[in-house]
Amino acid sequence: MSAERRGCDERRASRRLWAIAGLLFVCALVSAALGRYPGPFLTPPAALFHDELARNLILNLRVPRILAALLLGATLGGSGAVLQMVFRNPLVDSGFLGVSPGAAFGASLAIVFLGGAPAAVQGSAAAFALLGMAASYLIAQRIRFGDWVLRLVLAGIIVSATLSSATGALKYLADPLKQLPDITFWMLGGLWAITWRDVLHIAPVVLPCLVVLHLMRWRLNVLSLRDETAFSLGVAPGRERLVIVVVAVAATAAVVSKAGQIGWVGLIVPHIARRLVGSDARRALPASMLLGTIFVLACDDVARTLLNGEIPLGLLTSFVGALFFLGVVLRRQAAVRS
Amino acid sequence: MSAKGADNAADNVAHNAADNAQIGGGALGIAPAVGAWVVRAPALALRDVSFTYGPGAPAVLSDVSIEVATGSITAVLGSNGSGKTTLLRLLLGLLKPTTGTVEVEGRPQHDYSRRDLSRRVGLVPQSEPVAFELSVLEFALLGRAPHLGLLDQPGPADRALAIEALDRVGLTALQHRAVPTLSGGEAQLATIARALVQQSVILLSDEPTSHLDPANTRLVLDVLRMLGREGRTVVFTTHDPNLAAAIADQVVLLKQGRVLAAASTAEVLTTERLSATYGMGIEVIQLRGRPLVVPHS
Repeated sequence: MSAERRGCDERRASRRLWAIAGLLFVCALVSAALGRYPGPFLTPPAALFHDELARNLILNLRVPRILAALLLGATLGGSGAVLQMVFRNPLVDSGFLGVSPGAAFGASLAIVFLGGAPAAVQGSAAAFALLGMAASYLIAQRIRFGDWVLRLVLAGIIVSATLSSATGALKYLADPLKQLPDITFWMLGGLWAITWRDVLHIAPVVLPCLVVLHLMRWRLNVLSLRDETAFSLGVAPGRERLVIVVVAVAATAAVVSKAGQIGWVGLIVPHIARRLVGSDARRALPASMLLGTIFVLACDDVARTLLNGEIPLGLLTSFVGALFFLGVVLRRQAAVRS
Repeated sequence: MSAKGADNAADNVAHNAADNAQIGGGALGIAPAVGAWVVRAPALALRDVSFTYGPGAPAVLSDVSIEVATGSITAVLGSNGSGKTTLLRLLLGLLKPTTGTVEVEGRPQHDYSRRDLSRRVGLVPQSEPVAFELSVLEFALLGRAPHLGLLDQPGPADRALAIEALDRVGLTALQHRAVPTLSGGEAQLATIARALVQQSVILLSDEPTSHLDPANTRLVLDVLRMLGREGRTVVFTTHDPNLAAAIADQVVLLKQGRVLAAASTAEVLTTERLSATYGMGIEVIQLRGRPLVVPHS
């Protein structure tokens, strides 16, 4: 029986959390050694001292890429966990609320009409990710039935569908030889172009957001209750949920603007985290952040080392995520039958 | 209660009210209200309250004036759609009256901050679907929310309160179980434990036993009785007159948003009143000193 089903012994869950942190440390070290120079897969540590090209590769390409993967994974895993709790729905992730469709539309718009410069694509993706969420919120406020969560879910569906349709129109208008491949490549997602400058751009946004979410982690438990109950516990459910969602989406918009669409991390990682350390957000949230980084880091390692060419990261995360999800669904069915 | 009924009820429980601080016992004991005059005031009062869910909508409650004596157990009784849950939400502060005022311990409800109000008034909802599988202990600990800041985490003292509350409702052995795996009665007791951890002096409960079997119903009623004996004010809604008869000191009888009667249980639960309220033949007999409501076949 998983930790989630039986509730969770706190000490055991804490030990698991530390073990996950240790695993992340090992993964980060191994990732720095992984690559295709000087030979495939492993770069010997001695090359750091004797091979200038290897040193440059590690310090200026692999390390910023690893740091970006850490920020990306922690944000997607953490915001997925946060959104699932706030919306009281374990099938929600940061693609929800028009965030990812907004980012995709923003990036496509910049590629088609703003020349496609990286800064323009990233800025436009981040701006439309936030606008997608703002539009969802404003529409939800005008819906006159259902509780706040239902209204926001419905508004998110409307905004996502509208933005996806608009992105389709941009693809239709795009130059099929130059712009369309750029849009497609951005949507597949990846960290191949990450530099130290990119890391320094997103870290000041992402790190404070992650700290705020981490500090509010116990409050998430309260916000996962129904509005009426949360209210009776002295919480302003609508306002506090909005603050948390804005923080989570801001971090997501920042990382997605650099990495493109990386699917399924925010959906599956919180499930794994809850199975390992229980559902209390005091442990489930940090576990989701740590496991998100491990998952993205591992997928990115495969993406850049398995073949001579780069495999799009979003493609890998979606593939692995979908397989994992299939396993979860089939296992649950078996549990029900038995 | 009507003003007269409330005075009588207040007299009946005056000794409880005066000793509130001592009766609760343990860390979960009732915190005394500030100022002796507050102790004398009714725990809750609705004064000429009407409520509609929107302009032009029919009134759900009309001209409701009741007082709930401190330390009493009060049943809000009525058929489906009579306005019971709306009344409870008004007492909770979740809804604002269209006209009239709600008072908590002698002060207008709107004078309280949300946090202060939740330290005085707690809720045990009809059912508490939990989206994620918190353990019983983690669930009870959520009652500390009104006492902790936005970024605070519960500490050892909060945890000790939660453990004590689980002990009080008899769930200590299940503290590591996931809430969704509990039976209906156990889940309701876990919700009551959370309200105890909240340390509120007034407990509102919406149909606390409506989906429970007799054994679980008895478990929950025993705990509510215990809370009443300790001096907590308990207000619960029910459509079952026998539930009101089993534990309530006073009954507020609602029909179509209006108060038909508000007085002691024996005064309200009469054959005539209940037959008129439910529109069917009902007989009230006495069994072991308590009214027993029997519908005619």
